[in-house]
Amino acid sequence: MTTFRVPGRGRVLHNRPVSFTFDGMTYQGLEGDTVASALIANGVQLMGRSFKYHRPRGPMAAGSEEPNALIGTRRGKGRFEPNTRATVQEIWNGLETNSQNKYPSLKFDVGAINDRAYMLFSAGFYYKTFMWPRSFWDKYYEPFIRAAAGLGVSPSEPDPDNYASRYLHTDVLIIGAGPAGLASARAAATAGLRVTLVDENSEPGGTLLSEPQASLDGTPAWDWLSAELDALTDLDVRIMTRTTAIGYYHQNMIALCQKLTDHQEKPAEGAPRERMWRVRAKQVILAQGALEKPLVFDGNDRPGVMLAGSAQTYLNRYGVRVGNKAVIVTSHDSAWYAAFDLASAGTQIEAIVDTRPTPNADLIKEAAARGITVLPGHTATGTSGRLRIKSVRVNKVENGKVLNARNISCDSLLICGGWTPTLHLFSHTKGSLKWDDESQTFLPDRITEECQIAGAGRGLWGIASALNDGAVMGAAAAKALGKSATTQTVTVANDRPGTGESHTELPTDLDPGKARAFVDYQNDVTAKDLRLAVREGMRSIEHVKRYTTNGMATDQGKMSNINGLNIAADALGKKQPEVGLTTFRPPYTPTSFGAFAGYHKGEHFEVTRKTPIDSWAEENGAVFEPVSLWRRAWYFPKDGEDMDAAVRRECRETRKSLGMFDASTLGKIEVVGPDAVEFMNRMYTNPWTKLAPGRTRYGLLLGDDGFIRDDGVIGRLSDDRFHITTTTGGAARVLNMMEDYLQTEWPDLKVWLTSTTEQWSTIALNGPNARNLIEPFVEGLDISDAAFPHMSIAECTFAGFPARLFRVSFTGELGFEINVPARHGRALWEKLFDAGQKYDICPYGTETMHVLRAEKGFIIVGQDTDGTVTPYDAGAGWAIGKNKPDFVGMRALNRPDLTAEGRKQLVGLLTEDGTSKLEEGAQIVLDPNQPIPMKMVGHVTSSYHSDAAGRPIALALVEGGHGKTGDTVYIPMPDRTIKATITGTTFYDPEGARLKL
Amino acid sequence: MLLVHCPYCDETLPELEFTYGGEAHIARPENPADKTDDEWRDFLFIRTNVKGPHFERWRHAHGCGRFFNAVRDTVSDRFLTTYKADAPRPDLAVLLADASMKEPSK
Repeated sequence: MTTFRVPGRGRVLHNRPVSFTFDGMTYQGLEGDTVASALIANGVQLMGRSFKYHRPRGPMAAGSEEPNALIGTRRGKGRFEPNTRATVQEIWNGLETNSQNKYPSLKFDVGAINDRAYMLFSAGFYYKTFMWPRSFWDKYYEPFIRAAAGLGVSPSEPDPDNYASRYLHTDVLIIGAGPAGLASARAAATAGLRVTLVDENSEPGGTLLSEPQASLDGTPAWDWLSAELDALTDLDVRIMTRTTAIGYYHQNMIALCQKLTDHQEKPAEGAPRERMWRVRAKQVILAQGALEKPLVFDGNDRPGVMLAGSAQTYLNRYGVRVGNKAVIVTSHDSAWYAAFDLASAGTQIEAIVDTRPTPNADLIKEAAARGITVLPGHTATGTSGRLRIKSVRVNKVENGKVLNARNISCDSLLICGGWTPTLHLFSHTKGSLKWDDESQTFLPDRITEECQIAGAGRGLWGIASALNDGAVMGAAAAKALGKSATTQTVTVANDRPGTGESHTELPTDLDPGKARAFVDYQNDVTAKDLRLAVREGMRSIEHVKRYTTNGMATDQGKMSNINGLNIAADALGKKQPEVGLTTFRPPYTPTSFGAFAGYHKGEHFEVTRKTPIDSWAEENGAVFEPVSLWRRAWYFPKDGEDMDAAVRRECRETRKSLGMFDASTLGKIEVVGPDAVEFMNRMYTNPWTKLAPGRTRYGLLLGDDGFIRDDGVIGRLSDDRFHITTTTGGAARVLNMMEDYLQTEWPDLKVWLTSTTEQWSTIALNGPNARNLIEPFVEGLDISDAAFPHMSIAECTFAGFPARLFRVSFTGELGFEINVPARHGRALWEKLFDAGQKYDICPYGTETMHVLRAEKGFIIVGQDTDGTVTPYDAGAGWAIGKNKPDFVGMRALNRPDLTAEGRKQLVGLLTEDGTSKLEEGAQIVLDPNQPIPMKMVGHVTSSYHSDAAGRPIALALVEGGHGKTGDTVYIPMPDRTIKATITGTTFYDPEGARLKL
Repeated sequence: MLLVHCPYCDETLPELEFTYGGEAHIARPENPADKTDDEWRDFLFIRTNVKGPHFERWRHAHGCGRFFNAVRDTVSDRFLTTYKADAPRPDLAVLLADASMKEPSK
């Protein structure tokens, strides 16, 4: 097999071979290789098929900006990742990789038919094609689009890896460890600052890794680099590699994604795969360098076509020649050096084609000395070769005329259209950019955060200027923090600064309408597509981008944005800054969901709140349901029972004798202070002044808009102390609202609010035997009906525990709620359960609680109300203290909309057949025969089978419902229409006789 | 994530500890019953929705629990100041002049 490896060259370890597979074939690479460098060393350039046209593609770049060489990697079971850039993935023994977007094979792909039919797939193709007829949408268009959409294949198994996350506070964060970043770090560290230096590559050095010819202060670049890294380590600079700054957020918060194990053959057991760092830096220095742009001409995407700078990186960093016979097409000096380096390494350079009529004389001299043909003032107009480039067609351009073509055969075509400063992170901060006519690119302008931009990021080319600018910016960061830095000036020999020109499409003598001149390689957008978009009326660059999808692929247009802008501006006849730039958004490179999720997965996805009695419920076979963050016992099935049977039994046994229920999740707020009663009067609709200590009342809480926010039973313990209960889900919200009014509207009130939800365990006992059970446990309190009537509260000793005892009922039965300090909750529960055996005590869950309360027409806020229901709508007008001067929501209840006719009001519903149970949420209509769409007059809010009523019951909100008692309504369902009668909301014991035992 | 200065704790802390509380300086009328329907509608629903410096309420919910006021630029998301709930509404012109002094250097 041909090898393109150059013995002894590069930073790879030539004595450490590594074998891996690509599409099932085993290849040898070296330790330090990426998948791309190792495949190129084996003569493999074809690494993928393009997204839309399925054109054969090879790598264009050597770094994270790579648009073409996207592969799937497999690292064992569950560890499959699509769309990994082959130019970034490091190889190790046993790594499995696959190409994407091909069927049946990479070399023969039937999807490539799209390429022949490319005239059909121009900009806006989807918008234009999949319109008519309407009936084709479901059967043909949508399935087609779904099948064609997406890049790569999603992993199908749960991700077995761990992901970590950490916070970091640092004085100076430097992003990019090339010459500018290294010099910044040195300067800032000498000022005594804590410095963090990060780089996305596997080793720091940036350009220095690709330019070993340079000599810094008389030391070869790589030796200088190694000494400099030692010096930085001695200065306590934290250097992090394989660490990508993915987003730059407000106030210098930067997210870093650090890859920890993807490059390892045998990661430590349980080691996190990636770690997300949230860094807060006092100063940030962006030293991210610049990215090379391709030239735009017909056939600029064949395997073997590559950015010249990347070819130089493959040679100098990885010791790999990209080919045997190369042609360079460039508009910038930098590509010439790639040609010279390759020539020295044994690649035949067929020609250096420069679009400029008079390139740098020194370069021409050097080329002549090496015997390389130079074609100045030329253009490239086409390429040939299916799975790898065979030749390039070039023409001389004279006075704007493209002259006769000549074909030059080659196996590699290295292109360079200039360089674009990497300002993605700077854009995240909304820092503004300014078009620079001389360098034909955008440079940073107004800075919004505490940050500096150093080196190529602000248009400075060459190692010397990057180093010196880095030092200056490091010192500037130090100065901003009140420190002074010593900056060193480095003398660089064999530096390669350069200049160049920028182009739209290269001029051609052929029909430009037929040119396959790619701008965005990953999304297959051509220059023609961009011009078509402008012809079809797109004026804003944002519209051109979305219509053509230029720059919208996973590489976010790292290579394509400026070329796209130049072409769109040209088509619009405007200057680039008038057309503007699209916005870069985080993340800088694709980032795994695992890294974002970090520890928050599985059990740790969110908090599960459990009551002290939860463990008993679990041991006794409860089925649980989530209620806000709480896990609550839903029902307690006995052997073989389904939910329906269990709930019926629980309801029956509770009403017959005795049920017990863990009500600990109820929100509880202690209201204390000399003005407690005044506060209560202002917050709740009810009057509180005359509520005597020892008594409780049902409280209704509104917003100032008049709508029900919460409810619950509230006990007055003494003149200045109330025990509020709230809904389970509403506790935090209610306390927040109360604090809001107390702190900001009524700061004069002497009241203190304390959340006591988790301080109390609450056990509700309901049923005719409730008093019989608890009487022996109560000390120092007469709980007879006369002494302790319904809606009483008292402090007492209960089973030896300090307790607050409520006589209250959410079921319509004789009921008590015992509050004891949370730590005694389970002990009390067990005592009551044991003692209750003689009454056949029945533990029940939330579902039975719901049924029992619905039978009595007690509402659940948030189920029977939805934020647009007033107390009058809910039939709770009786809870309003009409003689009070004010309470939250009082004024709004007189607003015209809230007193209007036809508001939705809470009613009962009984299905006419007496057996059909309605579906909660089902819509209600008055006339089932009206045409669709029907006029809906309300919906079912609660619906259960009721043993007590002997039939299904339901609650519903119905327009003008309170005036419609006895009327028939209809509930249309997919299979039938159900007829129901509007009733009152109490289905059981309407006189409340059972409370008075 | 923003950093928010709590004027009660006198500490600058991560946004995670705070909750947003809507527009500031909208006092609940002393005698709501005296207000017309339109006045009450305005009190309930009408907000300025500014592009630029916005007077707004925050609560140090996972800290001291206090509500306080802030002026935040809704375009840049930058806080111009935070102040205690009972402090007077600050002069915007003074705040803006201060802020322009503190702009990051070019």
